[in-house]
Amino acid sequence: MAMKIGADSFHQRVEAGLHNSFMRGAVAGAQERLRTRRLDAAEELGNWEEWRALGEQIRQHTLLHLDYYLMQLSENVAKRGGHVFFAQTAEEANQYIREVVIKKNAKKIVKSKSMVTEEIHLNAMLEAAGCEVIETDLGEYILQIDDHDPPSHIVAPALHKNKEQIRDVFRKKLAYDKTEKPEELAAHARKMLRNEYLTADVGITGCNFAIAESGSITLVTNEGNADLVTALPKTQITVMGMERIVPTFEEMEVLVSLLTRSAVGQKLTSYITVLTGPRDEGDVDGPEEFHLVIVDNGRSSILGTEFQPVLQCIRCAACVNVCPVYRHIGGHSYGSIYSEPIGAVLSPLLGGYDDYKELPYASTLCAACTEACPVKIPLHELLLKHRQIIVEREGKAPISEKLAMKAFGLGAASSLLYKLGSKVAPNALQPFTTDERIVKGIGPLKAWTEIREFPAPAKERFRDWFREHRKERERDGNDL
Amino acid sequence: MGMIYNRDTFLQTIARQLGREQILSDVHRPNWNYTPQWTVFQGYSQEELLSALEAQCSRIHTDFVATTADALATTLKQVVEQYGGGPIVTWDDQRFSEYGLLPLLEAEWPSENVDVHIWDASAGRKNIEWAEKANVGITFSDMTLAESGTVVLFSDAGKGRSVSFLPRTYIAIIPKSTIVPRMTQAAAFIHKQIEIGRIVPSCINFITGPSNSADIEMNLVVGVHGPVKAAYIIVTDR
Repeated sequence: MAMKIGADSFHQRVEAGLHNSFMRGAVAGAQERLRTRRLDAAEELGNWEEWRALGEQIRQHTLLHLDYYLMQLSENVAKRGGHVFFAQTAEEANQYIREVVIKKNAKKIVKSKSMVTEEIHLNAMLEAAGCEVIETDLGEYILQIDDHDPPSHIVAPALHKNKEQIRDVFRKKLAYDKTEKPEELAAHARKMLRNEYLTADVGITGCNFAIAESGSITLVTNEGNADLVTALPKTQITVMGMERIVPTFEEMEVLVSLLTRSAVGQKLTSYITVLTGPRDEGDVDGPEEFHLVIVDNGRSSILGTEFQPVLQCIRCAACVNVCPVYRHIGGHSYGSIYSEPIGAVLSPLLGGYDDYKELPYASTLCAACTEACPVKIPLHELLLKHRQIIVEREGKAPISEKLAMKAFGLGAASSLLYKLGSKVAPNALQPFTTDERIVKGIGPLKAWTEIREFPAPAKERFRDWFREHRKERERDGNDL
Repeated sequence: MGMIYNRDTFLQTIARQLGREQILSDVHRPNWNYTPQWTVFQGYSQEELLSALEAQCSRIHTDFVATTADALATTLKQVVEQYGGGPIVTWDDQRFSEYGLLPLLEAEWPSENVDVHIWDASAGRKNIEWAEKANVGITFSDMTLAESGTVVLFSDAGKGRSVSFLPRTYIAIIPKSTIVPRMTQAAAFIHKQIEIGRIVPSCINFITGPSNSADIEMNLVVGVHGPVKAAYIIVTDR
């Protein structure tokens, strides 16, 4: 299955995740920052629930009329001189893209971040066809030059790597001779990649939202890499999941606002780019040729079922950033490019229960994901539905009870800590902590700490911390 | 006219899954139950929108400079110098002449040995080389979004995409009259154009400050693939 990353079992992956302490720290830190930003952004709007209701209604209306809007989209792309290929499977999509690339005699391909091209394993196919494929999103670029290390977070794919590791990779692979300062690392990547954009034959992008009324595609980035990928090479190929579409510019605008706020707490990211067809006559930059590949790959079989709401997803990762399980085991444990909780719902649907039957169990059903979702996907209810199907219809044994218990042990332990969440808790647990980590649990903590160290409750309560942190940020200004 | 492949079966599968015949026409957007996007900065005067824009600029690492039409050339020259001077690349846009900037672009700067390249569609890919070597890229803003601090750029033959992406510094000249509350008004404007049969430009950019990334340990780095620095020059009396 193409979405799969790694051959290890779920259990092995969880073990690896739990023992990678840098990754767990990084994941927890990132979750906190992204979640806080999202909450701030929502609060600033004041009427966030109305925004969510609108987002949900737009997505539901579009899915219910998906055939109509895809028809309109494809007509409008063709009118502007672009080509549209409808791919039922990953293989069909790859085959078409391969043909285009061979016809263009392309040697070098630059790409901007795209989940769907990961899903269909496009890079492997292109490399097998003799092309050099360069990922240009900074996080993806880092992973790629480190011998294709898999991504661990939808929005921040290289989250599991620290800056020293990145420096070492740059030294080994890119003749880098500066320090681990993020500014210097980024400047080096900028320099290396500039040349790649200018000399690439083909640019490949994903698509945040296609716009039916005009045949346009919308790309959302902070780095500006998608703009260079689409402005400079002579051929552009855009790959989209078939559900990533809106009726008009007006709905695109609403969903982009929900996406950027939910993903990174920004009102808008630095670059929102709406591209229509190849370049216009007289234009100097922009592609001469434009291909849009619309991918089903299992999505249509979700339509009309109880899981249909999962197709409302706009890939913001707000659910990932609130998930207590993701926080502890990290993105690699899911064995899929789509991590918890959206991934735990989506991966079994796209990849089948054989490979992903554990994922719906890697959840405490705490519903934080459902509450965070900007388009109101009932994620925890869908996870529960998966469990029912796995046991009742598929007749498959669920995840080993022991591991499930561990997962539930986490839930219980967390809620205990939250209940104890007064200022007493840090003192109550004092005897059991070394270096801010609880090494041996008592009561409900015990089962869990047998396999891992549990982070000590913060000396500051979250509410206190949040208040302090907020003051600090108000002083410093928003930094993203 | 482009080609369309494999559409029929693909769309039929969708219709079948949805439990109905394929829908080919007469789909209308419903009246949405909520329209919170229209309430942001509702009823704000142009002056209030300008203050909102200024406040947002500090959050997006963008310098905010207010000036008047008469002083624009002097201000622009100063701002460019602050960022280290030329080479400069600009759009071929009538507004540079309307706002009295041509003497600066065509005489003053060149006489001071500052390289200025005005986008020239007939020169083809040479334009991209200029833009890549430029220290500063200058465009006007076609629409400006107060809430997010965003300039909206509509591409055309004289308005190359590379001017705002490739140079090290990006400067947008923003007539105050182009400021609207948020992306909602820009999207509604574009939607109206499509409804009356106008052709959408091949590239519409919503640019909010310089490029940035937090991909390394969640540390913000300003200046990644696009510009490292950005400044907005607001023309307060136009």
